[in-house]
Amino acid sequence: MSDCHSAPVKTTAQLVLRDVSLPLIALAGQPNMGKSTLFNLLTGLNQHVGNWPGKTVERREGIFNVDGDEWRLVDLPGTYSLTANSPEEVIAREFILREQPAVVVAVVSAANLERSLYLVAELAALDAPVVVALNMMDVAEQEGVCVEPHVLEAALGLPVVPMVASRSEGVRELLCVVQEVLSGKRLIRPHSAEVSADHYEILQKIEELIAGYVPLPYPENWVALKLLEGDVEVARMMREALSPSAWEVVQVVLRAHDDAFMAVASGRYEWIGRMIRAAVTRPRIGQIGLTERVDRWAAHPFWGLVLLAGILGLVFWLTFTLGTPLQGWLDGQIITPLAGFAADALAGAPFWLRGMLVDGMIGGVGSVLTFLPILVIFFAAFALLEDVGYMARAAYVMDNLMHLMGLHGKSFLPLFLGFGCNVPAIMGTRVIDSWPARLLTILIAPLVPCTARMAVVAFIAPVFFGVNAIWVSWGLVLFSLLVLVSSGALLNRVIFKGQRSAFIMEMPLYHIPNARTIGLLVWQRALSFVKKAGTTILAMSLLVWILSFLPTGDMNTSFLARFGQLIEPVGKLMGFDWRLTVALITSFPAKENAIATLGVFFGNSAGSGLADTLASTFSSASALSFLVVTMLFIPCMATVAVTKQETNSWRWTLLSVFMLLGFSVTGGIVVFHLARFLGL
Amino acid sequence: MVEGHQRIAMSEMAVGEEGTVLDFQAGCVFQNRLVSLGFTPGAQVNMAQNYGHGPLIVIVRGTRVALGRGEAAKIIVERGIQ
Repeated sequence: MSDCHSAPVKTTAQLVLRDVSLPLIALAGQPNMGKSTLFNLLTGLNQHVGNWPGKTVERREGIFNVDGDEWRLVDLPGTYSLTANSPEEVIAREFILREQPAVVVAVVSAANLERSLYLVAELAALDAPVVVALNMMDVAEQEGVCVEPHVLEAALGLPVVPMVASRSEGVRELLCVVQEVLSGKRLIRPHSAEVSADHYEILQKIEELIAGYVPLPYPENWVALKLLEGDVEVARMMREALSPSAWEVVQVVLRAHDDAFMAVASGRYEWIGRMIRAAVTRPRIGQIGLTERVDRWAAHPFWGLVLLAGILGLVFWLTFTLGTPLQGWLDGQIITPLAGFAADALAGAPFWLRGMLVDGMIGGVGSVLTFLPILVIFFAAFALLEDVGYMARAAYVMDNLMHLMGLHGKSFLPLFLGFGCNVPAIMGTRVIDSWPARLLTILIAPLVPCTARMAVVAFIAPVFFGVNAIWVSWGLVLFSLLVLVSSGALLNRVIFKGQRSAFIMEMPLYHIPNARTIGLLVWQRALSFVKKAGTTILAMSLLVWILSFLPTGDMNTSFLARFGQLIEPVGKLMGFDWRLTVALITSFPAKENAIATLGVFFGNSAGSGLADTLASTFSSASALSFLVVTMLFIPCMATVAVTKQETNSWRWTLLSVFMLLGFSVTGGIVVFHLARFLGL
Repeated sequence: MVEGHQRIAMSEMAVGEEGTVLDFQAGCVFQNRLVSLGFTPGAQVNMAQNYGHGPLIVIVRGTRVALGRGEAAKIIVERGIQ
């Protein structure tokens, strides 16, 4: 044991998934307890991120190495309790009951012990082998809270390891304790919470009624407790397991004690209260912590919005001042020479093969990949704000505005992410707890102008509007957001009948961000973007290229051109000719493809030819209409794919596509005629 | 206003005011969420931010929790410390 404490723990992770022979460690914890930080610390880059089977809840798993022993680590969803209120809670408890992890590491916050021990009380009731990781000792100190780990350990009957995961402190000690539990050196005898005395008999009675009928692997006393708590999933299970008459008897007992739920919960908090009184020195009354001081501004109904606007402005400024030159550099120094090199290398190859590889693949996927620096900067800013604890404040101050759409503050977070890219925005709607609110957010998220659309605007606007381009760009962003708010309000009335979900959210304490957590988040998001570029975008780019090549080998007479000519009458209403119409269609694989397509049609004269040719071919009214349509058009195909994945429904996906098609065509027609009327 | 022990909706509490949770007028799922965040009958709450409109922030069991005004109105509290 002594050498265990002195030897450095190596956590070189390898990714061998579902290797069931390895000891299984589960990480459990409430949100904002630093659970992800700990998971990232242990598994590093070698983690597998997927979904729980049949659910759109993220599942993270990894394998890591401790002094030569390999362990399998599963990150359970962050939940406040283990009662069946959400898919996350059911996943967490089903995993513990069915997979029987050798150790469950419960991450709790020393700065927030009273609330975070609630989950530990639930875990102890499951008879899980719990080791408590007492995280955020630094935040506790900063807030003036002092916790004595050894006293807490004695009171809980569970091993308690103090740590600061964001600074990697206490991790080695935690792993040592886990190892002791695995090797049987350390036995766990939790002092479980009990229901308050006046409900003890009822619990006994229910236990007797269900004895012998509870399906494996559920513990009988736990099932009885959950029935008292009114847990819908457990009630459904027992209704099937018991005979109708026996179930009726249970129902009668439960109905006579419908306050039992509170008794169970209060029993847990009483138990927690005893732990706290033993182990915690509370801050003196009247002491104002850092969080409270910052929140006087950050959560103020007026100054909070000013601060949010400032932060948003700064993020966009950073993204575009740092990211845009980088993107231009990548485009000019890497992609274009690469395309030139490939064209030379393939000089002897058939014309179609060269075209497909150079224009279809490098031109399509390459131009999408040049957006990576912009996205990385944006994701990093977002991850930083999230990790500091600011995002909850952004959601809070935006709550009033989101009410216009029948949504609440939490929906603002994914929408904000949408300014970078709509794909993570739609995945980010997972933070919203109610399904109607989540669906509505998914439907309106594509109306947030992403960086790719802003790139089209940044190219076209200066060509037609010169010095006024900046105002046109801002106007287009505001216009998009206006459409977003009004369509959200409309959808809420028509489809969701104005129902609204409850807004209740923890405001985490501010803390110093962790570079590793931010880095991994950026890495994962960037990686999924690159994967998307290599698969769906690649396939669509090739398809569009083939359609623009067949049957004659000339884009002007291709299938794509014929299709553009076919629907030209619609395009005409918006001030487009068939080439602008085709450019719009090719923006489906990736928005910025519109420019590439225009390049094929008009850029033959090389160099700065494209801008000049465009300016002399189209009126400003057509250009403005084209920009409006681009802002509102059918989401890019990656967004459509992720919409299908997250809603698991073609109906909602098609609704999203047709709704945006309708908006963009209407918007284009109105703006074109208005602009003509105004003399543009 | 009469000082002392009154039953009011939590949304009516002033900033800095203390209260004790008595009851919820809410559905089962919302009730469960309130409980898991620390709101149980008998729990002490301290209003941290309430501008009379929009959402508010209340401290319960050492946690700062943001609630919509409508949600806060469903929590009945007794003014003052027990």
